[in-house]
Amino acid sequence: MEGSAALDGGREKRRVLESAVVRFAGDSGDGMQLTGGRFTLETALAGNDLATFPDFPAEIRAPVGTTYGVSAFQINFGARKIMTAGDRVDVLVAMNPAALKVNLLDVTPTGLLIVDTGAFTDRNLRKAGYESNPLTDGTLGDRRVIEADMSQRTLEALKESGLSKKDSLRCKNMWALGLVYWMFDRDRNSTTEWLGGKFAARPDLAQGAVAALNAGHAFGETAELSGELNAYSVPAAHLAPGLYRNVTGNQAMSWGLIAGTALAEIRMVFCSYPITPASGLLHLLAAQKDRGIVTFQAEDEIAAACSAIGASYAGALGVTSSSGPGVALKSEALGLAIATELPLVLINTQRAGPSTGLPTKTEQSDLFQAVFGRNADSELVVIAARSPSDCFACAIEAVRLAIKYMTPVIVLSDGYIANASEPWVLPEIESYPKFPVKFREDPEGFHPFVRDPETLARAWAVPGTPGLEHRIGGLERDADSGNISYDPANHQRMTDLRAEKIAGVAKDIPEQAFEDTPCEGGVLVVGWGSTFGPINRAVSKLRGAGLPVSHIHLRHIWPLPSNLGGLLRRYDRILVPEMNRGQLATLLRGEYLVPAESLSKVNGKPFLIAELEAAIRARLES
Amino acid sequence: MTAAMAAVKPSPKDYASDQEIRWCPGCGDYAILKAVLKTLADVEAKPEQTVFVSGIGCAARFPYYISTYGFHTIHGRAPAVATGVKLANPDLDVWVVSGDGDALSIGGNHLLHLLRRNLDVQFLLFNNEIYGLTKGQYSPTSHAGTRTPSSPTGSVESPVSATAFALGAGARFVARAIDTAQAHLLAVLKQAHGHRGASFVEIFQNCLVYNDGVHDAFADRSVAAEMQVLAEHGQPLVFGKDRDKALRLVPGQLTLETVSIGRDGVGEEDILVHDQTNRALAGLLAAMQPPAMPVALGVLYCDPALSYDHAVTAQTSAGPARTGDLSEIMRAGSTWTVKG
Repeated sequence: MEGSAALDGGREKRRVLESAVVRFAGDSGDGMQLTGGRFTLETALAGNDLATFPDFPAEIRAPVGTTYGVSAFQINFGARKIMTAGDRVDVLVAMNPAALKVNLLDVTPTGLLIVDTGAFTDRNLRKAGYESNPLTDGTLGDRRVIEADMSQRTLEALKESGLSKKDSLRCKNMWALGLVYWMFDRDRNSTTEWLGGKFAARPDLAQGAVAALNAGHAFGETAELSGELNAYSVPAAHLAPGLYRNVTGNQAMSWGLIAGTALAEIRMVFCSYPITPASGLLHLLAAQKDRGIVTFQAEDEIAAACSAIGASYAGALGVTSSSGPGVALKSEALGLAIATELPLVLINTQRAGPSTGLPTKTEQSDLFQAVFGRNADSELVVIAARSPSDCFACAIEAVRLAIKYMTPVIVLSDGYIANASEPWVLPEIESYPKFPVKFREDPEGFHPFVRDPETLARAWAVPGTPGLEHRIGGLERDADSGNISYDPANHQRMTDLRAEKIAGVAKDIPEQAFEDTPCEGGVLVVGWGSTFGPINRAVSKLRGAGLPVSHIHLRHIWPLPSNLGGLLRRYDRILVPEMNRGQLATLLRGEYLVPAESLSKVNGKPFLIAELEAAIRARLES
Repeated sequence: MTAAMAAVKPSPKDYASDQEIRWCPGCGDYAILKAVLKTLADVEAKPEQTVFVSGIGCAARFPYYISTYGFHTIHGRAPAVATGVKLANPDLDVWVVSGDGDALSIGGNHLLHLLRRNLDVQFLLFNNEIYGLTKGQYSPTSHAGTRTPSSPTGSVESPVSATAFALGAGARFVARAIDTAQAHLLAVLKQAHGHRGASFVEIFQNCLVYNDGVHDAFADRSVAAEMQVLAEHGQPLVFGKDRDKALRLVPGQLTLETVSIGRDGVGEEDILVHDQTNRALAGLLAAMQPPAMPVALGVLYCDPALSYDHAVTAQTSAGPARTGDLSEIMRAGSTWTVKG
């Protein structure tokens, strides 16, 4: 917890904090994601800036009480700008021994643990791999512990409710939430209201959940009166004025796709196949069928890509989405879209690999796949989102470029961005400039590969248009007629044209800027994608300490911004932190012959601010 | 086709493209192309509304030779591309052209799903029981024992029956024809075109270079009358040069047998009458193989149901999405205002 000071006066004495990190952890079936989500919303409503990080297992309901079944939700909130979900945990809510075991090391040495002692049975301790009880054997060190038999207390609070024991225990997470609400002075009203709506079909369950929430809150009040427990206050942050909501990357991406196609005045046909952690996009868009969005759950990844291509061929914008292993299956189809020069947007929500890898853990290791991962010389546009809300702008940009340049565009998101959330000022989308699609209608001088001299994009003539009937396909085609051609000189020309078209996109994207006024000399940190938060925070802390550190964060991975080489060459020390083995670093070295040094991390978790600070300091000192 | 021609009845050559055809001389594909062009002319297809989608293989070159819209895609994936086309514009008249390797080997999964979803397209499967374009390897429909460069000692695989596969996948229209039997092929293609939903047509096609005569046991003119039963809805399943043979359901068994009319006490009342809405009968007809039985051709099964693209359209409001709608979507749920 940062910036602690006692606040006197008023009814309660609350310690004022600049920021705090809370993690809820329990069994996959304990409702930790829901609990964290509610706490997030109340925190946003209280005016804090925040960032969240859900961390859950690949199994849906792993055996109860096991370490591999632990699901966690972390939130960092504060009175200042919050850039990451937080390096270390200040308050850990552990619903069982396994949750304590998995998460204890992330808790600061003076942190606070709230544990459900009712779950600390011999059997559960054994399942978690504890030989003795960590609550009593010194394992916890100097950390403070609030021990509460949440199960028993929930049952007591609900004994008049008429709920079965099983249903009563389902409300245990609300008890924990009530206690944490008390601890951080959160309002309970909107949660109470929300529970009523969520369990509208089971009013008894809604009432039980509210009773548990209130019981947890009352426990805090009583404990405070007896001096056992501190309460905290995290003042509102100074946020830009506007209408806010909390948004996950998947939400922002789905809305960005809708926004892009609305601005282009073209129908979206979204074709996907379920895969973790990308499926959320399909769910979100499938719910918008009444808003003119067509969604298609294809029989496999290949069909998803091919049907999206078919949709684009027929005059809609085909969009497909997946994660790395699924994108691998789509690569031949991407080649077809490149060869036939059809617009296509592919969202890759990256996860740890290779192969099935760690389906629910994040990584940025598909950069090579996106830029290079196809047979032959087959270039396309690659864009990467830096934060949950940035997915919105990236999706719009992807739609714009795909249509304008008649090319596939890959948007790289990742498991962290997709599920993490942050407050976001809702954009005034109706005031965005439109970029209406222009289909070819004039038969005069038409052939399917007649190009716009400026963008080199071919004409988009869609079936249903009289007089423009034509044939396209994967076979090489004559640059001057579109007919099949095996002519050697023509293949050279077409290969060059395809590359030139993508290179030309660099003229249509913003020049690369620094994230802050650049320092001359020192270390330049170059990042892309979801490392933005930790890099930005680490760099601003170091600059606050007077150290010469600059930060460039790339949105456009391919083609790269036209001025990037010049910016990089101003620095002798370039550090590229990535959640992979150095893919962007390799790309930058190859493109610009600059001494880009990789800082790699692939443990399925985002960079910590502290480890970036340390790495940058080490470069400054050497 | 020009606007001036719209007034007069179109002819097959109006639908032919200006591209030089690159199939081997004598290939069965020429005969199929001829029948398809004639079909398009007879149904007065609008060229701008017509799309031919194909995968990879000899058959997949088909779209280049037709003057409508055409998309030559990637191996096995034509059904998926065609699905996207129909999702974007259900009003288009879409034909998918495929071969036995394209449709039943690399693309078998997509064909299964196109048929069970009942996508409103005509699906033509040219079955020559061989990989032609890759120079003659055995295919998923090759008979066991087929000797090819990749099976020099004879294939040991059991072939898949395209028609049985289609029926198993839940297709609502399943038909068979032979490349060179033009009149019958034309009639089948027209019925396929008239059917709403997925119309599956297996066309027995001869590969002169790598598998010449593979269908001769029933397709050759000299044996055609004795070895083919042309199924027609409501008509008795009679065959033979003298129309004296017929199919009969063996009493007490779920099998078919051939009988001679007027012999062994077989009367007209014993002869099986074709009911194209009977899926079980279609399965029995599809399973008949020479030399023991004749091969059933024509529309074996037809029982229309709502097509996938129309069901999707019914669930979806007219696009594209509007920014006003999006504003609403984004403002639904919990929001809060930070004042300046």
